[in-house]
Amino acid sequence: MELLYAITLGILTTCGVYLLLRARTFTVILGLTLFSHAVNLYLFASGRLVTGAPAIVGLAEHSADPLPQALVLTAIVIGFAMTAFVVVLALKAAVELRNDHVDGENPDEDRT
Amino acid sequence: MPLVLIILLPLTGACLPALLQGRSSRLLASVSALPTLFCLLLLLSWLPHVMRGGDAVVQTLAWLPSLGLAVGFRLDGLGLLFALLITGIGGLILLYARYYFAGSTTSARFFTLIQLFMAAMLGIVLSENLLFMLVFWELTSLVSFLLIGYHTHDHAARLGARMSLVITGGGGLALLAGIVMLGQAAGGYELSVVLEAGERIRGNERYGLMLNLILLGAFTKSAQFPFHLWLPHAMTAPTPVSAYLHSATMVKAGLFLLARLHPALADTALWFHLVTLTGMLTLMVGAFVAMFMHDMKGLLAYSTVSHLGLIMLLLGLGTPMALAAALFHLVCHALFKAPLFMMAGYVEHATGTRDMRNINGMWRFMPALMVLSSISAAAMAGLPLMSGYISKKMLFNESLLLATPDWAAVIIPAWVALAALFSVAYSIRIFHNVFFNGRPIDLPVWPPRAPRRLALAPIALLSLATLLLGLAPERAYTALVQPAFAAARQAAVAPYDFAALGTGVTLLMSLFALAGGALFYHLRTPLFRLHARLPAVDAKEIFDWLMRRATTLAQQRVFQLENGSLQRYLAFIMATLVVLVGLQLHDVPRWDGGVALTPLDPLTLLAAILLCLAAIGVVVYHHHRLPALLLLGVTGLVVTVTFARFSAPDLALTQLMVEVMAVVIMMLALSFLPQTSPRGSTRLRMGRDLTIAGLVGLGVAAFSFAILTRPQQTISDFFMANSMPGGGGSNVVNVILVDFRGFDTLGEITVLGIAAVAVFAFTRDLHLKERVVETNPAHWVAEPHPIMLGSVARLVLPIALLVSAYIFLRGHNQPGGGFIAGLITAVALTLQYMAGGLVWAQARMRTAFRPLIGAGILIAAVTGLGSWLFGFPFLTSAHGHLHLPLIGDIALATAMLFDLGVYANVVGATLLILANLGKLMTVTGPGKEIG
Repeated sequence: MELLYAITLGILTTCGVYLLLRARTFTVILGLTLFSHAVNLYLFASGRLVTGAPAIVGLAEHSADPLPQALVLTAIVIGFAMTAFVVVLALKAAVELRNDHVDGENPDEDRT
Repeated sequence: MPLVLIILLPLTGACLPALLQGRSSRLLASVSALPTLFCLLLLLSWLPHVMRGGDAVVQTLAWLPSLGLAVGFRLDGLGLLFALLITGIGGLILLYARYYFAGSTTSARFFTLIQLFMAAMLGIVLSENLLFMLVFWELTSLVSFLLIGYHTHDHAARLGARMSLVITGGGGLALLAGIVMLGQAAGGYELSVVLEAGERIRGNERYGLMLNLILLGAFTKSAQFPFHLWLPHAMTAPTPVSAYLHSATMVKAGLFLLARLHPALADTALWFHLVTLTGMLTLMVGAFVAMFMHDMKGLLAYSTVSHLGLIMLLLGLGTPMALAAALFHLVCHALFKAPLFMMAGYVEHATGTRDMRNINGMWRFMPALMVLSSISAAAMAGLPLMSGYISKKMLFNESLLLATPDWAAVIIPAWVALAALFSVAYSIRIFHNVFFNGRPIDLPVWPPRAPRRLALAPIALLSLATLLLGLAPERAYTALVQPAFAAARQAAVAPYDFAALGTGVTLLMSLFALAGGALFYHLRTPLFRLHARLPAVDAKEIFDWLMRRATTLAQQRVFQLENGSLQRYLAFIMATLVVLVGLQLHDVPRWDGGVALTPLDPLTLLAAILLCLAAIGVVVYHHHRLPALLLLGVTGLVVTVTFARFSAPDLALTQLMVEVMAVVIMMLALSFLPQTSPRGSTRLRMGRDLTIAGLVGLGVAAFSFAILTRPQQTISDFFMANSMPGGGGSNVVNVILVDFRGFDTLGEITVLGIAAVAVFAFTRDLHLKERVVETNPAHWVAEPHPIMLGSVARLVLPIALLVSAYIFLRGHNQPGGGFIAGLITAVALTLQYMAGGLVWAQARMRTAFRPLIGAGILIAAVTGLGSWLFGFPFLTSAHGHLHLPLIGDIALATAMLFDLGVYANVVGATLLILANLGKLMTVTGPGKEIG
């Protein structure tokens, strides 16, 4: 299961980073969301993969590690707030600059 | 008496003119002169101690001990001599400026800067710690920059200021490096350490580099060839500045430094060659160019360069009394050069020009100035009975005493005699051309008006000092120079034998210089013609060219790296990450940590495949944005399931709610943005990005595998054990959030609130609807608020609110809590907005969102503060059990109150974001702002 988890995480990260590197704001937001999923899962994995034993006192002998869960919980909420902020930023940029390129201008699609 | 007072006095004085903006220069000068006068008196009170040969007074106060930096002051003979020059001449300059700026109402800036400069200069000469001294050193460069560019509207002044800053500032950087190396070699930055460590420093393997860097700092500051360039261009400054900074004090800072560090650095072959040769070159170049300058201040500037070279030469020479001669000449020069500058300033005011070809015959108009200037000019020329005569003979004497190396023993005496010849010539020239030499020609101001009698007081006082120095050199030497010499040597010194000066070869050399100089001046007309025919080498052009090249080069490099493309920056960051982390990984022995893998079940495998496919789908379809967004929703749901699968019900609930909201927000955004992304990337580019992304992904996979297969060491046992007894809850995740790490959570809900308010602020003046680019109607339903959805939504709301209340209450012991309950409430309300429309829902929404956010943070913070009342640290929680009829046993903890704050904050923030984004959809809006 661990190997599968790691591979899935790798694929998720790859997709996220690739989209982050694209030129349009909406695509970047998609990438950001995928990437934050990957990061949250990665952090979560530091508590190891425990099945059927939530971190509630008295429920199981060896319960899951509550600390990464608490960290990830707030990370999810703040990640949401940040996504919302970036979305508004992208909208504002699209209106003010009349295009949705990340640089606010697209003389040519790829600038190197 | 604390020595720091000596520096604080002029610093205080620097603040005073600010209060007197726009007042007359008379008042400003009088007010500024007071601190200077006090300062001078303080210094004079130390004079008896120093003259007696008393020990150096050292006062230190630790500042940054870890860096070896201390606020330390040191007063000994050398420091006192310079400090007296700085305050004494400084006071007279203030007096002079009173007349120079008469009639100007904008001179407050000058009086502030000049006193700031005085403080900085005093800081240099009185610092005990070398790093502390550097602070003042840089300060003098900066103030000099501001003073040279005093006439900010004058292009030449700005250029001159910039040039001086580039050269002296650059030198300052070199000096910093040199001083750091010196401090490392000596084992400390205190002068008392450094001056004792001469042997060790000179034996250090990096001595050569260290010396070069320090000399670079001193040479640039003291305008030594080829860095002398900035000094003539600094003459655009007001004349009091030229007289003070650029002849009497600042340019002496480099000389001071070398005299100060003499015991630590000097008397090696390298020192001799570098310092002496630089001094010789500067001496000759300055003297030669000065002769051919037609600008009064230009002549004085080059003559200053030449004299600085002379003193530098003496510092390098290494004969027993050369240092004493250097210090003596330094005093002479300060005393005779300042009045000459003052004279030039008055003449310029009176005639409107500085060109000596036009200013002639001024003796008719200002006879008193003529008489006074004759003293200084004679001293500069080195006429008998004058101070300059004594110091010149001291120089000749030292040059003759030099025995090794062979070339120097022959060349240096001849060289200095020749330079003295030039100096006689230009001294005659400035005096004769200004005051005699026929009648004035085409003066812009006519008739020239003599300065007022009182205005001559500073010149008179300095001339008197020059005269006294010339008449009683031995007394002056014993009182001032000898203690300084002893302090610079760090040893007891023999008195100077003035009787031996007047004889033999020295006398012949003086006569040669005087006669030759007079002859040279006599032949000036043909010589000027000859000089005019020489090819003009303007060093300023070279400097400007160098600066332009450097700027262009730097700009090119910057633009190559930083072209404004965010894509490129992000790619660089990711690539750097991959490379840096990758380099560290070459010796990882094994990725597999050895812990046995848990068995795989088909359902998990299916979910993983689904997740991968959805993620890849997002990438493949990202040009078609709506399908990509739907696939993104799928990934979010699978992530939710993953959390649920691996024993994290709280996370699963949170993720589920957030996923719903995030997709709604992105849907909203998508309705304004283009529906497709253009395909623009080249194959090469896509390949590059895919490689970077793949490597990052590989790294993440490898790391998480390595983590997952290693035995776990966690601090969570503490939380598990203390959750019930300490926090009163059995859901450890929630107890961590609201109790153990409550302070973190408080910070996080604050961030959430800030993000929401930022969204509110951004959308406030954003009117999208009329600006929306083409939308593809195929995706969008014609009916904005379907009836079926509306009916269901209204039914769902009470149930959802009940659920969220339940989730909230049980959160401390079962999966749930403020975050999740808040999100559920927000989702339920969002559904109402979607179903009924913004205007409809907003009309029924009684609670304003921003106050809700604030209230949430406030509740959480006040709960935390409450524990202070009972003498516990911030956010300590108390708990107990409450038995309610019908409902049963309820665990109550103050942490629940905190959680209520979290709840309110989350609801407010989420709805503020959604409603304001939704507002953009409507053309008219709800009529008022939302939130």
